[in-house]
Amino acid sequence: MKNHVFRPLFVVIAGVALLLLVRHFIVPSDFGVEEGGSFTFNYHRLSSNDDWKNFKVKYRGKEYCQECHEEKVEEILTSPHSVIQCENCHGPAIDHPEDPEVLSIETSRLLCRRCHAFLPYPQSNRADMPAINPEEHNPNENCVECHNPHNPDLENM
Amino acid sequence: MKGVVAAALPLSAFKILSPAQVKASVGDSNVRWVFLVDIQKCVGCGFCVKACKIENEVPYDVGVTRTWVERYVVTKDHKTHIDTPMGGRDGYTSSKIHGEEIDPDTITKAFFVPKLCNHCKKPACVQVCPVGATYQTKDGVVLVDRSWCIGCGYCIMACPFGARFFHPIYKVAEKCTFCYHRITKGMKTACVEACPFGARQIGDLKDENDPVAKTIMTKRVGILKDEYGTQPQVYYIGLDERVR
Repeated sequence: MKNHVFRPLFVVIAGVALLLLVRHFIVPSDFGVEEGGSFTFNYHRLSSNDDWKNFKVKYRGKEYCQECHEEKVEEILTSPHSVIQCENCHGPAIDHPEDPEVLSIETSRLLCRRCHAFLPYPQSNRADMPAINPEEHNPNENCVECHNPHNPDLENM
Repeated sequence: MKGVVAAALPLSAFKILSPAQVKASVGDSNVRWVFLVDIQKCVGCGFCVKACKIENEVPYDVGVTRTWVERYVVTKDHKTHIDTPMGGRDGYTSSKIHGEEIDPDTITKAFFVPKLCNHCKKPACVQVCPVGATYQTKDGVVLVDRSWCIGCGYCIMACPFGARFFHPIYKVAEKCTFCYHRITKGMKTACVEACPFGARQIGDLKDENDPVAKTIMTKRVGILKDEYGTQPQVYYIGLDERVR
């Protein structure tokens, strides 16, 4: 065979070799090595699983609050608000009491309105919520000034 | 002699696998995370959306979210009014939909539908990824490798459910992870934890004692957009045909 056939062939071979070389250095060693994984759905960098597992947990749950604030948790557990997590109003604990030292409590009307603003939806559970019309029921006042969020019983106001 | 070799060769290419090996080779594991939403129980408070955004560091005041709550109001003229202001992050506190007041007497039914990534068994978003940055874990969760994603956006367009978006800070595809950092530690997802009414539940479909798995297997549940064939793993109780 003549030279003009081999020369472009060498160029192609060199190109492929270069590509493989670059790929060798760029692709992480744990890429696509998951045991028994399918090429379509599981071809990935294995340590990415751990990256996501190590993501910071911020909402710690009622049990975490109970460790120090036993009385408060017990108070709310006997009230109709027992279904609400502490952190829904008090904000995520993260590493409280170290970081943050103090949680910022949301006491605004907007928070209560999420459930207790009246909506005319007879077919949904929203209709069963004790509800008010926010524009008529003491507008501009914070709900917590009259209602105790830990024990929202209307008789013990 | 030649005939013997030819006959023996293909046979040696076969391997006898134990059932466990077969199970492993099709990417099976003992856990399959699934989600169950009870539409009847949702009151549209939006605590789930708020908790998700804070837990997963999704920019709070940008109109992107990993989970959202849609409102459906059906009126007597067979019209469906749908909205999801800021993904329902601040709850539904006004009866106005897109600035329009709907006469309560004309409402035939109204309900809230929480949505999130369906963590499909056959995720279209994973198939289209050109670099292997998004994938399905062995326990069935679809994740994005932030350090490997090139931000081309194919997956965002491939998802039939609109569950993906472009992360404004990391400049990569972003989606619900079923709070992988929580469920792998035995905790519940942030949205499940935040829901006061038990409208959201997470469970393991392969654990027959799991209450969520029991409900999915024995009760009437629905999924979204079955016709796309992605086999979504978020199941709904009380699904309406108007929900898309």
